[in-house]
Amino acid sequence: MTSRVPALDLDRILFDPATKVIITCGSGGVGKTTTAAALALRAAEYGRRTAVLTIDPAKRLAQSMGLTALDNTPRRVDIGDAAAEDGGELWAMMLDTRRTFDEMVLAHSTPERAEAIFANPFYRTISSSFSGTQEYMAMEKLGRLAATGEWDLIVVDTPPSRSALDFLDAPQRLASFLDGRVIRMLTTPGRGVMKIVGAGLNLFSKAVTTIIGGQLLNDAAQFVQLFEDMFGGFRARAEATYTLLRAPGTQFLVVATCEADAVREASYFADRLQEEQMPLAGLVLNRTHPPLADLSGGVAETAAARLAGTSPLASAVLAVHAERMTVHAVEQRMRSRIVRAHPTLPIAAVPALAADAHDLESLREIGRRLTDQ
Amino acid sequence: MSATPATAPNGTPNPEPAPPPGWTDAAARARLHIVTGKGGTGKTTVAAALALSLASNGRRVLLIEVEERQGIAQLFDLPPLPYEERKVAVAPGGGEVRALAIDVEAALMEYFAMFYNLGFAGRTLKRLGAVEFATTLAPGLRDVLLTGKAKECVGRLGPNGKPVYDAVVVDAPPTGRVVTFLNVTVAMADLARKGPIRNQADGVVTLLHSADTMVHLVTLLQEMPVVEMMETIAELRDADLPVGSLIINAATGAHLNGTALEPAARGTLDLEELAADLAGAGITVTDALVDGLAAEATEHAIKVLAEAESESVVRGAGLPVLTLPFLADGADLGGVYELTEALTAQGVR
Repeated sequence: MTSRVPALDLDRILFDPATKVIITCGSGGVGKTTTAAALALRAAEYGRRTAVLTIDPAKRLAQSMGLTALDNTPRRVDIGDAAAEDGGELWAMMLDTRRTFDEMVLAHSTPERAEAIFANPFYRTISSSFSGTQEYMAMEKLGRLAATGEWDLIVVDTPPSRSALDFLDAPQRLASFLDGRVIRMLTTPGRGVMKIVGAGLNLFSKAVTTIIGGQLLNDAAQFVQLFEDMFGGFRARAEATYTLLRAPGTQFLVVATCEADAVREASYFADRLQEEQMPLAGLVLNRTHPPLADLSGGVAETAAARLAGTSPLASAVLAVHAERMTVHAVEQRMRSRIVRAHPTLPIAAVPALAADAHDLESLREIGRRLTDQ
Repeated sequence: MSATPATAPNGTPNPEPAPPPGWTDAAARARLHIVTGKGGTGKTTVAAALALSLASNGRRVLLIEVEERQGIAQLFDLPPLPYEERKVAVAPGGGEVRALAIDVEAALMEYFAMFYNLGFAGRTLKRLGAVEFATTLAPGLRDVLLTGKAKECVGRLGPNGKPVYDAVVVDAPPTGRVVTFLNVTVAMADLARKGPIRNQADGVVTLLHSADTMVHLVTLLQEMPVVEMMETIAELRDADLPVGSLIINAATGAHLNGTALEPAARGTLDLEELAADLAGAGITVTDALVDGLAAEATEHAIKVLAEAESESVVRGAGLPVLTLPFLADGADLGGVYELTEALTAQGVR
């Protein structure tokens, strides 16, 4: 049954000059960032000029790539001379959501107007804590990096969303919010579309003002006015990025661990990408525990019990193996769930490292495991 | 509670004070338990196990979900939960857990319906996305609605004049967002100075900062979750919110004893002795088998040692610590009951 599942050949994707963008997505805590970094390093060492855009890397992972500050600009990572000879380079950056948003505003308005926007309290809320801003800005930054044409390959990590789907929906949600239709209705009652709902809406407007402060509504209205001219530009950019996401050079990778939640999210995400006609390369089944010794779990468990008194070491080693066989069986069950729902989805199973990745060598090892299918 | 005295009877300092119990008397008295943790640490599973443990011996506990992702229904193998309190499980020794998945939109419309007769216009606005608009404009509003509902459940009295629920457990947002979620005082700056939501928010602030509330943090013994947990503890303290127990989830049980752990991690186990002992147990021994078993033991030992390092960081916080075992069989409903037993065994009541 498992033999019919197509293997995910990541080396072919990584080394193909036609591959321009790889996006890793999945629910929180499944190892997206590490996977993105390991793939980027591997592509660079193959000889491609590669940039990796990370969102919120673990401190030690960031340090392993020489990333010390969140400065929103790709920095060259020292990966040794071997890669440099082939022209391979690794550049890495951490996304600064607020700064990316500021840059977008500056690119679409006059300096005076930009200053007024930056000073608006409501802008500060939107640019830092709106639930879709990080996703939106990750895509905005990707669009910018791609537009420079400086890199052969850009690997993008996605934010640790509550749900993997936020990443697709958030830019749209934020864009339509910024369009300010509802804000306009609330602040200029009695005009346009407003008449349709008439008095009820005035009541609503009053209700909203009773619940949230009037000052906030004023800030929002001012913000919308300042922003009005920019909507067109924003929309055009968002659309350009979406086109890039659907372009032939883009590949999505869904990352999941063998846990029910992560598998469920991965499955939804695969469905959604297919619906949106986004290019889904396959699934990375991360941190698996394949048995390294050919001995059944039952035999190991019985022997472990028999040896407990006389040979504690052998008993312990067998107990470790028996537990690993149990974990492996659960992982196989999770895997077959995905296969049943997505029989043609290529899968790469990546055995877990014993400890967190904290240097380039461990990233290299993950790269080998990702591509050794 | 039998605390070890700080000094021995002869007056010399006691070298190893006993660690604080995993569940303090204060935690046992609290009625609102907020459970948070980094994404992927299993906070929903732990929240469910905590609810079951608190419901043991005939008590009634409400488990609340605030993130609209139906994690409780999935955990208990149920169809999606509606916006109403439903019995989802029976606790060991009698007692029951009810669950409530709060729908923010429904909660806000409930308010509007209660205080303003919006009728047709209300439905139209819902279609236009005005509810999402209001919660976007004032992100704190969302949190006030959610914590407000939790407060209402904590305070609700039955016909006998006693609280309907002995305890309420909230499966809260992850560590990155939980302080904002609970810091209703800050959210209130965005709210109107009077009106129904404001009144509710005032009540929520009082409850969250009282002895009735405890915030428990779930972590795995890995770098990122532990770092986030420590940061969150500091943030919670800054916001004057009560920190309860630290709950270590999915701790690897060490099979190798202390003296074998280091050599196993370094890959220097005595393979000949291992082979001889395996053969003695009737196992057909090959080099590949011995090497494979040794490699598995090495991975296990490295993991156990790395977890011990993380655990010392967790214990360094000086807060009560509860430890839950890794579930090799997966975190399904059976696993939740296994964790419930582990919590009860560590004094959760």
